[in-house]
Amino acid sequence: MENGVIVKLENIVVVYDDEKVLKSINLDINDKEFITLLGPSGCGKTTTLRIIGGFAKPTSGNVFFDGKLINDVPPYKRQVNTVFQKYALFPHMNVYENIAFGLRLKKKPESEIKKRVIEMLELVNLSGYGSRNVDLLSGGQQQRVAIARALINHPRMLLLDEPLGALDLQLRKEMQTELKKIQQQTGITFIYVTHDQEEALTMSDRVVVMNNGIINQIGTPEDIYNEPNNAFVAKFIGESNIISGIMHDDYLVEFAGQKFVCVDKGFEKMEAIDVVIRPEDIKITEPGDHTIDGTVERVTFKGVHFEMVVESFGVKWLIHSTQHTPVGSFVGLSFTPDDIHIMKKSEEEKKSSMLVNEGLENE
Amino acid sequence: MNNRKFRMFSIPYLVWMLVFTIIPLALIAFFAFTDRDTGAFTLDNIQYASKYLPVLVKSVWLAAVATVICLVISYPLAYIMSKMKLNHQRTMMMLIMLPMWMNFLLRTYAWMSILETNSGLLNKVITFFGFEPVNVMYTQGAVILGMVYNYIPYMILPLYTIMVKLDGRLIEAAQDLGCNTFNVFRKVIIPLSFPGITSGVTMTFVPAVSTFVISQMLGGPKNSLVGDLIESQFITAYNPNYGSAISLLLMVVVFICMGIFNQFDNEEMEETLK
Repeated sequence: MENGVIVKLENIVVVYDDEKVLKSINLDINDKEFITLLGPSGCGKTTTLRIIGGFAKPTSGNVFFDGKLINDVPPYKRQVNTVFQKYALFPHMNVYENIAFGLRLKKKPESEIKKRVIEMLELVNLSGYGSRNVDLLSGGQQQRVAIARALINHPRMLLLDEPLGALDLQLRKEMQTELKKIQQQTGITFIYVTHDQEEALTMSDRVVVMNNGIINQIGTPEDIYNEPNNAFVAKFIGESNIISGIMHDDYLVEFAGQKFVCVDKGFEKMEAIDVVIRPEDIKITEPGDHTIDGTVERVTFKGVHFEMVVESFGVKWLIHSTQHTPVGSFVGLSFTPDDIHIMKKSEEEKKSSMLVNEGLENE
Repeated sequence: MNNRKFRMFSIPYLVWMLVFTIIPLALIAFFAFTDRDTGAFTLDNIQYASKYLPVLVKSVWLAAVATVICLVISYPLAYIMSKMKLNHQRTMMMLIMLPMWMNFLLRTYAWMSILETNSGLLNKVITFFGFEPVNVMYTQGAVILGMVYNYIPYMILPLYTIMVKLDGRLIEAAQDLGCNTFNVFRKVIIPLSFPGITSGVTMTFVPAVSTFVISQMLGGPKNSLVGDLIESQFITAYNPNYGSAISLLLMVVVFICMGIFNQFDNEEMEETLK
């Protein structure tokens, strides 16, 4: 992204009823990018979006738009439009009037309004729906009207608050593709809020993973998936095996009672860390010297793959494999150094695992 | 599921309506068109009633003014109330309903002692601050005041009910699309609260037009309204035929007024859509 920063959030803190909803958020959003705020409900992602839209005020911290401080600029003066959760279409207007709303406020001539509404209806595949009553549209159609209504003002930035949450799976997939297409066509910055990790990975240029009012990781979908910063991100983005381990040296990690070569470096010697291995990166082989050996405990058919649980010295490993292995068989698990992802432990976790390690040494 | 099964539950109301609404209406129509002594069909009563057209017009005018004042006071109040914390909303509701728990005669007497020209509370306060005493009692203003005071809860309630249900996200959406506070009201809140305005206006205007006693007590004999007129025909003059004729005329006038209002209402609605 070489487009420059359009929105800058600086040390944003929001306190509601003595509860810190956001704890010092720092985020740069680039022009023309598709950025997703991802996290479980209550993580502060919607609040972050509302701060950018102007519907919530930070308790402290600054919001910049194009380098200008906009903390006190009301929503109607911001070059930002929003697609609300459950759409919030005006029930007393038909599709055409809903979309024309922003232009009517700007007192544009009728001919221009008509031209642009028709363009918008085309963009969202709703040509000919202008005179429909919005209450009689399906969820997906209402969604499209909401997008058209927001985009007709040619905003610099579009905020989308879980816009696909109410749609069924099939429609959600279609809309994901369509949203991405609209974003590329219009060149408008999209800030997308969702709790659906798959949605975030599919559509975004960058993903911001949030939890408990802080940002855990910012990165491309590949980065977030392959190199999660901590156990929360790893768990939230897809299924994974997270095991405690010790970093012996650069490129050498110990876990599950064995030492493995890895590609990570820069940790302290003997630092307690978390190891992440994605279930699809683990291969089932014959038990041997360089594998983790265990017994297959459960096999579930999931369509594209089998989901297996292999028990090895008390650790349950989750594995996705296309090859069926019967329950009870004794197998080896193997992976390449690339598949091992090392994450720093949080301070609290570090303390508790130090205690465990000390205890072990004393024995 | 089966509508027919539940229809029987409407029977008590249907019976009630027949006995206390339809039959009395039929009686009024019957009396209005018959002679008091002979019982024969006649248009004399109606002709007699139309002599009182000026009183009718005055009643409609005063009721309309009172309704507008009620609307102007209630609308912002209802909006602010709907945005309050829930327990504050309940307290406000209580305060609005509280006067209705007292007999309206009592309330009107209270107003009389407040407004009285010589020893009323109002003039005592005014003269205390060195101003000339005002003469409110026995004026049209006093009648309007009485109407507003008595009927304002009927305006607030339907407005408040609508505003509480108003989706806050619609207001945010309007702001998001470029509405300042004024335009949020003009384009979204007012059009969406039209049903509340309509029922509030109806529920205030209709009883206000047929107000009686209040108008006599606060307005004096020269400000008698059509309600007082009907009352005196039935009670004092004992001429139910004249009374019925005036009632019938009043109903027609109210009907026309509401028709005009609804027409205006629809046009307004279309106008705001633009």
